[in-house]
Amino acid sequence: MQRILSPWQIKRELLTKSEDKTDPNFGHKPEERTIQEHIRFGVINLDKPPGPSSHEVTAWAKRILNVEHAGHGGTLEA
Amino acid sequence: MTGVLPVALGDATKVIQALLSAGKEYVCVMKVHANMPEERIRQVLGEFQGNIYQKPPIRASVKRRVRVRKIFFLDVLEVDGRDVLFKVGCEAGTYIRKLIHDVGEALGCGAHMHELRRTRAGPFIENENLVTLHDVVYFFSVWQETGDEESLRKFILPMEKALELLPKIYIRDSAVDAVCHGAHLTAPGVVSLETGIKVGEKVAIFTLKGEAVSLAEAAASTEDILKMTHGVVAKNVRVLMLRGTYPKLWRSSR
Repeated sequence: MQRILSPWQIKRELLTKSEDKTDPNFGHKPEERTIQEHIRFGVINLDKPPGPSSHEVTAWAKRILNVEHAGHGGTLEA
Repeated sequence: MTGVLPVALGDATKVIQALLSAGKEYVCVMKVHANMPEERIRQVLGEFQGNIYQKPPIRASVKRRVRVRKIFFLDVLEVDGRDVLFKVGCEAGTYIRKLIHDVGEALGCGAHMHELRRTRAGPFIENENLVTLHDVVYFFSVWQETGDEESLRKFILPMEKALELLPKIYIRDSAVDAVCHGAHLTAPGVVSLETGIKVGEKVAIFTLKGEAVSLAEAAASTEDILKMTHGVVAKNVRVLMLRGTYPKLWRSSR
């Protein structure tokens, strides 16, 4: 069996199809969001502790950060 | 078990789909049930690289039928008697506990998983912005008490981070609101795009300011999109940006 290229090792190049500019009056760069927007459109890279389930840990993070919804990307068994 | 568990907040929960199907990486300790020569252990583990067949365990959240899973690599870090430490990169939906059980069967003596730590989930890795629940409590209270946003901005990452590994398509301002309303992206809206886009695979649609607009499924390859003058380029899977962020510059058919 062989090693395969991991998806995170793939290098991508940006190619231009046409030219255009963006209007500064609408939207803004992700790092220029207000702190409230930043939280609402945010993701945290959480180190899951052993014991509680991924679901429980996510519910705690949701409570601590006082957000309406929270979800995790990929269950990590307790 | 411990390690990288990306948690999306508020409206960012919509990006989770991109993470669930992303590759993962783990470090784990396997306990072999009999004394085996180190060479044999290394050889058998090496055979578990590439495509493997795996039947999900009894306690699984998916239908228990044999599935093919890709193991990108499996590197043995240390063998100490019956304890084996290794690092494995694998496709989403690979059960490591089961993989180790199957390695035990292949060895003939049995084996079980003793410890597991996830070191990567898609673009999220262990040594970049990883925070504990304690850190979260601390940083959040610092912000609430002092109003200092800096630490909060450091550990909460923009949802765009979750889309880092997907090929991206950048679109003009005039196409943004249509996509936000669920329209498929068509060729004239495309300004630039990344290599490696394949039909049927996930792509991320971005504005020229670098904001995520939607998660989509490519309807054409990078090469074809570059040549297209009209027609659907990508079909929306999940809209991420709120409607009305950009002006409505499209007309309804009425």
